[in-house]
Amino acid sequence: MHRFTIPAIVLHWLIAILIAAAFALGVTMVDIPGITPTKLKYFSWHKWLGVTVLGLACVRLLWRLTHAAPAYPVDMPAWQQKAAHGLHALIYFLIFAVPVSGYFYSLAAGVPVVYLGIWPMPVLIEADQQLKPVLKQLHYVLNTVLLACIVAHVLAALKHHFIDRDGVLKRMLPGRSS
Amino acid sequence: MSTPSILRRGAALLAIAIALPALAAALKTDPAKSSVTAVFKQMNVPIEGKFKKFSAQIDFDTAKPEAAKANVEIDVPSFDLGDPDVNKDALKKDWFNAAQFPKATFVSSSLKAAAGGKLDVTGKLSIKGKSADVSFPLTVKKEGASQVFEGTLPIKRLAFNIGEGEWKDTSMVADEVLIKFRVVTTQ
Repeated sequence: MHRFTIPAIVLHWLIAILIAAAFALGVTMVDIPGITPTKLKYFSWHKWLGVTVLGLACVRLLWRLTHAAPAYPVDMPAWQQKAAHGLHALIYFLIFAVPVSGYFYSLAAGVPVVYLGIWPMPVLIEADQQLKPVLKQLHYVLNTVLLACIVAHVLAALKHHFIDRDGVLKRMLPGRSS
Repeated sequence: MSTPSILRRGAALLAIAIALPALAAALKTDPAKSSVTAVFKQMNVPIEGKFKKFSAQIDFDTAKPEAAKANVEIDVPSFDLGDPDVNKDALKKDWFNAAQFPKATFVSSSLKAAAGGKLDVTGKLSIKGKSADVSFPLTVKKEGASQVFEGTLPIKRLAFNIGEGEWKDTSMVADEVLIKFRVVTTQ
């Protein structure tokens, strides 16, 4: 079975690691009571990770649109292929929507994003006290959906690898192509 | 001379007599159009906070700008950063210590004409029990019937002990803070 291209594999795992880090920072930082230097640092890092994920998601989408994914095993049921496509499309949507919602939440809170503390990112909306709680909730809900999608994605990959033993997971792992 | 013309002249004199002391008295400020904000950088991110309550007493005569006097009193607990929890933290001991120092003041000591029609203002700024001599350029302009005083005063927050303990770290919150003000009079 063919593997994904090397850039596709690198982008997949890089984005996966960055999302895990951003998620861990996100749930940690919001639980820190009051305002502390650590909390402010985590918020900044979280935003930098989000901007990085968004940038890589753009690269990844362009790569995916110009490079076909390797085919599924011929004996994989049609409904499973459809479900896999649907889930992948949803995850693609979310790796854009989650950072974008966080970005606008930050702007609505009156805190522009300065990438890596060096580059000011565009201030696309003014601070907005009414919009702020709405975007906060949206960012939270989108993250919850992303978490659920990733759990399903990982479980499906493990099922293919350990139960079906059909090489689907290997398509996304580095190594010599078989 | 006819009676009406005497009356008219008398009325004119009376008007001047009323107007003269009014010129010397402090101008009335319009709180809805006036603002005092502080801009600081947190990990290079510009954050703006607004002092929602303050009073400004300004004696200003366009003909004698150098004789002008300004006295501004800021209500520290009215500082608004856009989030109630952050606002609460800003008033704590490490930052403004608003319980002990609820007022910040600026009193002018001299005004001098400067380039570009601006005025160089010097005076004493007091925040959190610390005073420092400051100077900044002031722009004065007329907008309709009101007089507008505008300017930016750069300060170092640590000179006023704003941000103590772990907050002394200027890589987290920069030392330089810009106080921006716009005072609009009602007449």
